[in-house]
Amino acid sequence: MGAGKVSIRHVHKAYGAFKALDGISLDIQPGEFLTLLGPSGSGKTTLLNIIAGFERPDSGSLMVDEVEFITRPPHKRDLGMVFQNYALFPHMDVFDNVAYPLKLRGIDRASIRSRVMGALETVHMDKLAARRIGELSGGQRQRVALARAIVFEPRILLMDEPLSALDKNLREHMQMELKRLHNRLGMTTVYVTHDQQEALTMSDRIAVLDRGKVIQLDTPQNIYDHPNCKFVAGFMGETRFLPVERRDSGYHLDSRSLRLASEPLHRGANGWLIVRPERLRWAGNAQRDNRISGKVMDIVYRGDSHLVSISLAGDHEISIRHTGSEGKELPVPGQDLELWLTPEASVVVGDAIQ
Amino acid sequence: MTVMVQEVKPAIINNSLLQRSRSLQGISFIGLSLPAAMLVAAVLIIPFSWLAWLSLFDATGNLSTENYVRLLRPAYVESFLTTFKVAGLVTAICVLLGYPVAYLLSQLPQRAAQILMVFVILPFWTSVLVRTYAWLVLLQRQGIINQWLLSSGLISEPLPLVHNMTGTVIGMVHVMLPFLILPLYASMKAIDPVLLRAAANCGASPAQAFRQVFLPLSLSGLSAGIALTFVLCLGFYLTPALLGGGRVAMWSTQIADMVAKFANWGAASALSVVLLIVTGAILGGVNRFMRVSNAWGGKP
Amino acid sequence: MLHRPATSTQITHLQRLWLYGLVGLVIAFLIIPCLIVVPMSFSDSQYLEFPPRVWSLRWYEAYFFSSEWRQSTWVSLKVGAATTILATILGTLASYGLHKSGNLLKPIISSALMLPMMVPLIFVAIGVFFVYARLGLNNTITGLVLAHTTLAIPFVMIAVGNGLSGFDMNLERAARGLGASPVRAFLTVTLPQIHISVLSGMLFAFVTSFDEVVVSIFVSSGANSTLTKRMFANIRDQVDPTVAAISSILVVLSIVVLVAGQFIQRRSRASPSPD
Repeated sequence: MGAGKVSIRHVHKAYGAFKALDGISLDIQPGEFLTLLGPSGSGKTTLLNIIAGFERPDSGSLMVDEVEFITRPPHKRDLGMVFQNYALFPHMDVFDNVAYPLKLRGIDRASIRSRVMGALETVHMDKLAARRIGELSGGQRQRVALARAIVFEPRILLMDEPLSALDKNLREHMQMELKRLHNRLGMTTVYVTHDQQEALTMSDRIAVLDRGKVIQLDTPQNIYDHPNCKFVAGFMGETRFLPVERRDSGYHLDSRSLRLASEPLHRGANGWLIVRPERLRWAGNAQRDNRISGKVMDIVYRGDSHLVSISLAGDHEISIRHTGSEGKELPVPGQDLELWLTPEASVVVGDAIQ
Repeated sequence: MTVMVQEVKPAIINNSLLQRSRSLQGISFIGLSLPAAMLVAAVLIIPFSWLAWLSLFDATGNLSTENYVRLLRPAYVESFLTTFKVAGLVTAICVLLGYPVAYLLSQLPQRAAQILMVFVILPFWTSVLVRTYAWLVLLQRQGIINQWLLSSGLISEPLPLVHNMTGTVIGMVHVMLPFLILPLYASMKAIDPVLLRAAANCGASPAQAFRQVFLPLSLSGLSAGIALTFVLCLGFYLTPALLGGGRVAMWSTQIADMVAKFANWGAASALSVVLLIVTGAILGGVNRFMRVSNAWGGKP
Repeated sequence: MLHRPATSTQITHLQRLWLYGLVGLVIAFLIIPCLIVVPMSFSDSQYLEFPPRVWSLRWYEAYFFSSEWRQSTWVSLKVGAATTILATILGTLASYGLHKSGNLLKPIISSALMLPMMVPLIFVAIGVFFVYARLGLNNTITGLVLAHTTLAIPFVMIAVGNGLSGFDMNLERAARGLGASPVRAFLTVTLPQIHISVLSGMLFAFVTSFDEVVVSIFVSSGANSTLTKRMFANIRDQVDPTVAAISSILVVLSIVVLVAGQFIQRRSRASPSPD
């Protein structure tokens, strides 16, 4: 199967005045599951298309296993790709779709048969090999597209929002399957999504893109817990921000000194404290933890919990979940409330990367 | 009990009232189409049925197959053959010329495609009579094409390009080409361009991707275009009448001659009925084929 | 430029040069016969040289000063106008009625109404000729208008049907809910929304009638000959250069109509109304 190392250097791509990619450099390690995460227009799909060869960048370099790929036509790149809407050939049945890359490589019929059936077994579709594409459900098409992309054992597998057309339950199920498949086959995988949950679940590393730049490249845990700027923090989870001010040695929230577990990466005069519902506590230690006080605005029943919205001084709003196991009564609207944030859960970010 | 009855009865009445008013509504709306339908019946359906009925009788008014048996005479058989030959030739040339145009139209960026489309539509909009006249002028003995060929020394005397099969075929290709290009273009436009990317990603060269993915997917549109062109050719009158110069006896010109010159309604009707049946059979056959091809999914 | 990729699969313009050349030739084949009569009609020669050695308006004079040509032009315009009005009304009513009804008869009636477009014109011609002979309608304006209206109805129905399929019927329901009668709701809500489609249907109807040849050959003659009937006879009997002048006028008219049509289409696409 070979290695599968991808090195992207200084890639620029503009469409007229719009800079789709603005100097991207990125190394993808052999066997790694790397997710390109970002909102629409961030350049993640453009970058994937450049790796696949469907777009040619204005400048920059793309090395795959130390070989320059930038001018190589897509059909000579040997990269497997799963397209957003699967792009299965409607005039071929399941078997022929999966056999297509092997036929193009001039492989003899007997090994085509065994390899196609092997790939279909991997995705649990071997029973439906003779089906027409029009007769398959969304999830089944997804599996066939995956089988077609892995059947010729490419060094690198590219996936362009492959689960976006599936409903929520199936999507979560397929996330687990894709993750297991990656662990088993071990091919380098570049995965494009705008769904932060999907990125956190599946990736070894996540590259967060915005306006054609890589904003942060790190493990899912670091991206979530230690975002390097307001944009990344806001993209992950149900994040709210409270303004903090730098005075003397540290940051202050509402003129109270903020206790942080580690020195923040951000060093600017003004910053933002990240507040996420699951990190807020109903009770805390006044000596150790950070206290946030406000007034209950409204309470929304969510099934598994109540979501309590709290308005703070300066027209800010945060929320916290009430599941019933807190040992505290559900508050009523208008009531004053004190909430707590441990130093470990208190993270300060700036508007942009330092 | 009385309460029960009172509760149930209005419900029953309402249901039947509703049903009646719904069907009345349907009838009143469909009634709007009746004036048009009556006109089409009076001008097209009734006259043609009447002619078809007449074709079953001989000159003395007795029921007979005379009119149909006559169609087996060599002159008629030859006109059948000529009609099919011309239609086949014209359709084949249209495919050869039209496929590349439709393909390029479907691949060009929208603005360029719109401009190219104007060039396909313009002939469509120009009167067939005008275009046929233009070909007559271009192709005649003293016409531009012969003059150019003569002055360039390629030929030593004018080629007979018109008032024969050559002129008929050239003129008909010009009329029919848009009829092939437009449905073909529509079906090519429906092919998801991502499929070609997928083929390239699987390792197909552009030529392989075209042959193995694009071409098979365009076949349903192509067969629709072929059927339309072929059927239009079968009944086409104007161009053979003018550019054939009386030497290309096609089905349509035969029918016209029989009516205009010989007032032989029985023979003309019989010929028309056969032409109609052939046309219907071809369209019906293609329709069935198309439905089969749709079953394996024109779109993913 | 040529080495830039033309498609996402990286085929360059250079690799496609042969395709551009081939398509260029086909387009030339399509366009030249439509346009070449225009310069040729200004030739002084009987044989219509290209390019003309001596320019003249001879053939235009021959057209404008001939009472026969003028008369047949007038017949064509009258028939075209009457056909436009009749076919637009009947076609719009039929299209609207069929669009709104879910009746079992709907498929039968709508395919019957499409027949005039599908059936070879020669059938229509001899059928009409046969029946008109019994009704005394041959060589009458009325006969021509009825036949042309029949031929134009499918085109009006297609145009109006396109407009209706993009029209939200809930708007009409809303008008009815606010107290409008069915006729009033149609006239004040539906019709204004689909008026571009109705206009293009009218255009189709006029062109269908004005350009129609085959039926006119059979059912019009003498003082009631249409322009196309007279042109056909002239072309068949001798290559009369007067026809070149008339053809040029028709070509220029059809270009004007095409450009106007594109313009209307673009404007209607830019405007928020759904048709």
